[in-house]
Amino acid sequence: MPKLTFVTHDGTVHQVDGEEGRSVMNAAIDNLVPGIDADCGGECACATCHVYVDDAWLAHVGEPDAAEDAMLDLNPEREPNSRLSCQIEVTGQLEGFRARIPEFQM
Amino acid sequence: MAAHPDSIIPPDEGAFEESPYTKADPQPYVDPYSLPLEALNPANPSLFYQDAHWDTFARLREEAPIHYTKKSEFGAYWSFVKYKHIKYIDTHHEDFSSYPAITVGEPDEELPLPMFIAMDPPSHGLQRKAVSPVAGPRNLSALQPIIRRRAGAILDELPVGETFNWVERVSIEQTTQMLATLFDFPWEDRYKLTRWSDVATATPQSGLVESEQARRMELLECREYFNRLWKERTGHTKGNDLISLMANDPATEDMSEAEFLGNLVLLIVGGNDTTRNSLSGGVVALNRFPEQFAKLRADPSLIPNMVSEIIRWQTPLAHMRRRAVRDIEFEGHKIREGDKVVMWYLSGNRDEEVFENAEAFDIERGNARSHMAFGFGIHRCMGNRVAEMQLKIVWEECLKRFRHVEVVGEPERIFSAFVHGYSDLPVRLHPR
Repeated sequence: MPKLTFVTHDGTVHQVDGEEGRSVMNAAIDNLVPGIDADCGGECACATCHVYVDDAWLAHVGEPDAAEDAMLDLNPEREPNSRLSCQIEVTGQLEGFRARIPEFQM
Repeated sequence: MAAHPDSIIPPDEGAFEESPYTKADPQPYVDPYSLPLEALNPANPSLFYQDAHWDTFARLREEAPIHYTKKSEFGAYWSFVKYKHIKYIDTHHEDFSSYPAITVGEPDEELPLPMFIAMDPPSHGLQRKAVSPVAGPRNLSALQPIIRRRAGAILDELPVGETFNWVERVSIEQTTQMLATLFDFPWEDRYKLTRWSDVATATPQSGLVESEQARRMELLECREYFNRLWKERTGHTKGNDLISLMANDPATEDMSEAEFLGNLVLLIVGGNDTTRNSLSGGVVALNRFPEQFAKLRADPSLIPNMVSEIIRWQTPLAHMRRRAVRDIEFEGHKIREGDKVVMWYLSGNRDEEVFENAEAFDIERGNARSHMAFGFGIHRCMGNRVAEMQLKIVWEECLKRFRHVEVVGEPERIFSAFVHGYSDLPVRLHPR
């Protein structure tokens, strides 16, 4: 199981095990990482699982698709490295993945 | 791709049937189980006024989760009542357009109110972006201490031990002050916002306005008032209030008069009628489920989850409507291009497939946050965090002051299938 790292707004580091085939959002929620709401349950429909992906991982996780892009666009605090964590699938290659969780979800 | 507005087929005139019923003379209750399914008209405002709509939705969820009403005062419309179906419609905006209106009723032809919630991409996103920072988390955390101080002042002025209307003294007061802050609206005139909010969604049948003409006059007065603020604030790019943001953003600075009023109405209603009714609904729910009130008193840290549960239980906007932009086959039903599709959020929030014991108000409900009262997809509520913050603060401050907010009479409800809430909620406060 790849190890994923989330850094919350106050700087706390949470290292969790990601389950391959599920999403980065699931890994955070299953391990009670604070700061991710995921109100819609992972269907790219609420944008409350927003994370800022570490630059080193940006190219690896790729660009958001059109649906995710539209949802991210609702957020006035979107940055170039913004992603919805429900739309990033955990794979073996994600070992060491790192993302920052914003202070607030939209 | 978004539908071009011209591709929307106008509603079938023959499907409209005027209703003789009004708030003063509502349709007497008929058991929905005694009627043939095709006769059900879930958007009948008389049902909501009498809090008698629940059985209709329960029956539809059970027997006809995708239902077609052929004839009504709103014309013909589809009703979607299950959580999963509603979520599907809401997240497929390319097939189900928000244009030209998002309530079951038709827009007023003489005074159309184009607003971004009733637009499709790309105009929707551009206009929404102009105003969304005001409800953004960063702005809200800055506002929080002010809101807390004001909420405290509202509660401190309440007459303990006397019967009074919670809607007027707390729910309206709280949300109107919040809205005045977001608009940076002249404080002494803030009740105009309350009135415009009520008028915007009112029909002559609701008892709030005398006629359609009277309604239009009041909304034009609203436009004139805001025009003045707009002119004053044009060029002042530092303002972080809704008017300054719109007046100085390329996407909105050249709006037509109609769009200007439309977007104002959207922001006023969005910030007013909604949280107002959740603030009242929480009191109703806690009185109907006194064991929950006891739990809350014992552990105020349950407030954040309770806030989501209040919003689920109340669902202050009962529905949103869309229009099919092409012929679509959905679960065996043939939805034709131009058909009106109503997503009953309030029914989705009672769907047992998602919410166990859904009728019950449970402040510890594990999945309360999954409620659909804010909608899903690109039209999701822009002010969701403003709403949650206000509810949280009011309940925190309330529990510091009072042991009980006792409902001492039957609430009076709104005559509307859209705004789901209360005009009168008689309560009595018990001091701590």
